[in-house]
Amino acid sequence: MCDLKRLAEIAKRVRYNTLYMITKAGSGHPGGSLSAVDIMVTLYFNVMRYKVEDPFWEDRDRFILSKGHACPALYAIFYELGIIKKEELDTLRKPGSRLQGHPDIKKLPWAEFSSGSLGQGLSFAVGVALAGKMDKKDYYTFVLIGDGESQEGQIWEAAMSARKFKLNNLIGITDRNGLQIDGETESIMPIDPLAYKWRAFGWNVLEIDGHNFSQIISAIEKAKENKESPTMIIAHTIKGKGVSFMENVVDFHGKAPSSKEWEIASVELGGDSIE
Amino acid sequence: MRDVYGETLLELGKIYPNLIVLDADVSKSTKTISFAKTFPDRFFDVGIAEANLMGISAGIASTGKIVFASTFSVFASGRAYDQVRQSIAYPNRNVKIVATHCGVSAGEDGAMHQAFEDIALMRSISNMRVIAPSDGVETRKVIKKIVEIPGPFYLRLARPATPVIFDESYEFELGKGTILREGKDGVIIACGVMTYIALEATEILLKDGIDIGVVNMSSIKPIDAELISILSKNYRYIFSCEDHNIIGGLGSAIAEVLPPTEARLIRIGINDEFGDSGKFEELLKFYKLDSSSIAERIKEVILNDRI
Repeated sequence: MCDLKRLAEIAKRVRYNTLYMITKAGSGHPGGSLSAVDIMVTLYFNVMRYKVEDPFWEDRDRFILSKGHACPALYAIFYELGIIKKEELDTLRKPGSRLQGHPDIKKLPWAEFSSGSLGQGLSFAVGVALAGKMDKKDYYTFVLIGDGESQEGQIWEAAMSARKFKLNNLIGITDRNGLQIDGETESIMPIDPLAYKWRAFGWNVLEIDGHNFSQIISAIEKAKENKESPTMIIAHTIKGKGVSFMENVVDFHGKAPSSKEWEIASVELGGDSIE
Repeated sequence: MRDVYGETLLELGKIYPNLIVLDADVSKSTKTISFAKTFPDRFFDVGIAEANLMGISAGIASTGKIVFASTFSVFASGRAYDQVRQSIAYPNRNVKIVATHCGVSAGEDGAMHQAFEDIALMRSISNMRVIAPSDGVETRKVIKKIVEIPGPFYLRLARPATPVIFDESYEFELGKGTILREGKDGVIIACGVMTYIALEATEILLKDGIDIGVVNMSSIKPIDAELISILSKNYRYIFSCEDHNIIGGLGSAIAEVLPPTEARLIRIGINDEFGDSGKFEELLKFYKLDSSSIAERIKEVILNDRI
């Protein structure tokens, strides 16, 4: 379990490698990857129980990246864990690579779920959590969904069922960065009041700063105290977090930086110290 | 077929403690309800939410369980297509989709409930296997077979009770067709409810001196390419017979593996249109899929060719 200082160091490298991969690939989703980095780093390096050498260990905590387009961040974490080799970072989005444009669990079983068609991860997570209850396992199922993704109807089908089945072993996190491809979520298709919606569906709801490690950790601790209901942690984040010219810029939802932009970004992300 | 499904699930539930059944508010119709009553801890009704049905099934299957997910075929294949593709087929999850009320067998409920496209949709997804059993015996044999084979299946079951074709000695084999009747002038390859109707049609044709064989091709994917190749050498006419759109169904699947040959393939099915309300038998006549209409069609093809 890493302390806050160490989490910050890891997150720094993960941000750097995330953007490095996307730049090298020439396409990808930097904005929503960078907004989710601190949440995912906290889960993998402070919260979750797993064995790197055995991705099928049946008692592992599961992390399901429902917003699959943020997978470069997941791959950068897998690189930290030694699952992915350094030279593989250059293969993102290339034919035959384990680092597909959206996660493919047949190539990379650590990813848990082949996501990419938005809205499906929460249903899958409900199934995993339900099986955990059936088998009297004590693992937790974490699922990260995008705020734009919450416009998918299936999210709310899954939300109803998680409450029906009393899945207190299911912890959802919404990456609330406020932007989607076409613009602001609240102008494209409003999802607010988001916390009220989840509460109305019977979920325990917490709101935090999604870039604050201690807030993320304590929210998950609180979620685990819950006896009957699943928890949704609405994590307020900044799209493109860490790169000045990407922060809150909608164009960087699905656009790779140019080589010139990478020069600036890599310095901002602490490139000197990393390389 | 549905009753057999319900009974077989019960039987398998006792043998396989890791067998889980899910339904989307149609458990009385799909007959999963008997499993639900006996194994309430292993049955989950997700309500009217087919997308969620497939997603939860995939999640449960990911923990090493065998999942049977049931709803009507029109919803299983159409409404939840994306979830079947992404959450089940792509990662090759051990989910058996058992879809009832297929084709015209949905009857009076009309076009909205009649899946004429489900074979086409499901068989074009990689990893997915598609089976349309022709009677109760075969339904039971198929279910007992696929429970042992990991990965996804789409099982297409009809709503009404169907006449028995097979006896208990029959064993279903994935990717194998069964010759039910040899003929001289041609052969019908049928699946699902159309197999017994095809058998009836051959009786009618015999009276006109036309001798037609019948092959049951319940395994639509994988299909028995070897048998089809042999049939194409032995018969001048191959008639495919299905209660499904002739685009993308059994007939298309046969055409895809038919070797370059003298044999002519005539696809009998729904001619690219939507369904209608009516009793099962009425609808078969309406779409010219009853035994007399099929016999008539076959006779027409063969006699026209002779002239």
